[in-house]
Amino acid sequence: MKKVLMSFAIGAAVVMTAGAASAQTTLEQVKKRGTLQCGSNTGLAGFGVPDAQGNWSGLDVDYCRAMAAAIFNDPTKVKFVPLSSKDRFTALQSGEVDVLVRNTTWTMSRDTSLGLEFGPVNYYDGQGFMVRKKLKIASAMELSGASVCTQQGTTTELNLADFFRANKLKYEVVTFATSDETIKAYDAGRCDAFTTDASGLYSERLRLTAPDDHIVLPEIISKEPLGPATRHGDNQWFDLVKWTHYVMLTAEELGVTKANADEMAKTSTNPDVKRLLGTEGNFGEAIGLTKDFGIQIIKHVGNYGESFERNVGAGSRLKVARGVNALWTKGGLQYAPPIR
Amino acid sequence: MSSVDARPGSAASVEKPRVAFWNDPEKRGYIFQAVLLAAVVYFVYSAADNALANLQKQKIASGFGFWNNTAGFDIGQRLIPYETTSTYGRAFWVGLLNTLLVAGVGIFFATILGFIIGIARLSKNWLVQKLATIYVEAIRNTPLLLQLLFWYNAVLKALPEVRDSLAIPGGLFLNTRGLFVPEPSFGPSFSWVLYALGAGILGYFGFSRWAKARQAATGQIAPLGLAALGLIVVFPVLVYFLAGSPLSFSVPELGRFNIRGGVQVYPEFVALVVGLTIYTAAFIAEAVRAGIQAVSKGQTEAAYALGLRPGPTLDLVVIPQAMRVIIPPLTSNYLNLTKNSSLAVAIGYPDLVQVFTGTVLNQTGQALEVVAITMLVYLTISLSTSLFMNWYNARKALVER
Ligand SMILES: N[C@@H](CCC(=O)N[C@@H](CS)C(=O)NCC(=O)O)C(=O)O
Repeated sequence: MKKVLMSFAIGAAVVMTAGAASAQTTLEQVKKRGTLQCGSNTGLAGFGVPDAQGNWSGLDVDYCRAMAAAIFNDPTKVKFVPLSSKDRFTALQSGEVDVLVRNTTWTMSRDTSLGLEFGPVNYYDGQGFMVRKKLKIASAMELSGASVCTQQGTTTELNLADFFRANKLKYEVVTFATSDETIKAYDAGRCDAFTTDASGLYSERLRLTAPDDHIVLPEIISKEPLGPATRHGDNQWFDLVKWTHYVMLTAEELGVTKANADEMAKTSTNPDVKRLLGTEGNFGEAIGLTKDFGIQIIKHVGNYGESFERNVGAGSRLKVARGVNALWTKGGLQYAPPIR
Repeated sequence: MSSVDARPGSAASVEKPRVAFWNDPEKRGYIFQAVLLAAVVYFVYSAADNALANLQKQKIASGFGFWNNTAGFDIGQRLIPYETTSTYGRAFWVGLLNTLLVAGVGIFFATILGFIIGIARLSKNWLVQKLATIYVEAIRNTPLLLQLLFWYNAVLKALPEVRDSLAIPGGLFLNTRGLFVPEPSFGPSFSWVLYALGAGILGYFGFSRWAKARQAATGQIAPLGLAALGLIVVFPVLVYFLAGSPLSFSVPELGRFNIRGGVQVYPEFVALVVGLTIYTAAFIAEAVRAGIQAVSKGQTEAAYALGLRPGPTLDLVVIPQAMRVIIPPLTSNYLNLTKNSSLAVAIGYPDLVQVFTGTVLNQTGQALEVVAITMLVYLTISLSTSLFMNWYNARKALVER
């Protein structure tokens, strides 16, 4: 009996103090732990995928590496936690990860009722369809009566329903919990079409037994602004997340690269470059970092353009064009507020 | 337990010693119970309160208001009307019914297969007995999830595409979308057939009661099988024709992408039923074998000595006694099958867990509420199955005279 009461007392104490522990800011927790816990994809080439040795790479992975570089001056101090679409928000809410960078679409309900905060969009995307060539379909409007494989817990699932409803087309949906199962079922012929973000289509296509037998249809049926998410309420941490991306964008705009960052820090007389690289002013302090957090990011990870080309652009298997993800100065949507 | 005798009212309690209440084991027991209860209540209350406060602080929605919000997603297999514009609550019912369907069908087939295999394990035929043993060992010792994935992929790989659908005589089609069977549509006078069937079943029960009583009194055996055939099969069929065959089928037709008309049996459903049936049947077989072996050999020998042939011996002597041993493990296998059906997630079958704790949880973000509801549902299903089986067990239990 005494033991039972004891364990209840302990249990109660745990529940009670759980609130107190989270009084520490996220940055303090990360620094104390020595690593950043980054919620990542289970494996999506170009965005977040581990190789055979367990080394992660991708555009979203670079985002977390850049944060680690800013905090620890060491881009390897990240633990990537692979999360399926349906588990990702619970993992973030419960504190299992510090930040979620996992091709996650910024929507109003996620922003306002899941207790999340969305940072800057690091990839502007939209949803598309992939079908077998031999079906001889040229447009998504010809998909009436088709069966479509998709992944659960995504905006994809909702857009799909909207698209067929709005166009008064009939379809049958088959929903799976993980991307592996979804693409396998499509490959096995369970569905006529496979749908997800266009970026995802290109990288999932590479996993099919015969990628060349499939085409991506031209329609883009939704807006998918993909960006990092953090827990609501820790504003300093949220600022750190935001400015990591803005530093990478500003670097691209100013022509600062992984290779020339040190050189630029020494020689540049451009005040914008000096502020970016921390040789003038102390902008890191307000977000709990040192003043050279900017140059640390660029030296270890590179600017946004470099990361893009390396992971999804010309330097990768995906060969995605910059398109709307080009800098605003080049007709794209990527635009960083000034560092000053 | 000397305190039992000291209870007021019992014969020995005339001289109850006066002790301080904290030294009275009985009263002390009540106090401990009360303290424990208070602690549990406080614990549950404070945990819920703490959770709610944390949710509010983190700006995470809470409460059950989401139930009536528009779901916005689609579900493949549904037994009740459901559309994109239906509510999350409706999605819950669709998922729950899919769970119950797969559990019900699975239990039905697993019981039949399990009894066959269990009896086969005791067969005197060497080959049959060995095959049954291999089946049980192989199935019980591999993970169910693996088996489900195997069945799903095996089923899918083997099926032809929609355009090359396999036409099965009788208006059936088989392809990667599943099995399409003619959809029955019942005329108004079909209810007569149902009444006839009901009357037939009642009649049969009445007859078998009478037959039993007569057998007990006179030893005469009535032709029960013949009566069953006549009352439950021939009689309703006769009524069916008399009512003018009030049943027609709309046969599925091959379209561009899919098949129009008919009822669609999804491959996910088939794979799940097959997987659960085969897996659970192995466990049921073991329960059946154990039950039969628990009936001592002497019982069989005694029956033979009385001149009963092997068939009636099994029917009248062995199985009724074996059932008492079989029913409790059978119950837990039914419960396992129901709970295991939640592995549906892996093969895209929209059961309760897939629809509700999958999509609904993610779209609403209300993990606590959704998981609590789901747990409650499984608890209810499990408890009602147990209650039913306990009642059945009590009926079958040895009536000692
Ligand atoms: N952007 C959409 C979809 C994101 C998503 O989960 N896409 C899938 C299909 S490409 C994926 O990344 N799956 C990989 C995984 O589950 O690890 C969302 O935020 O809901």
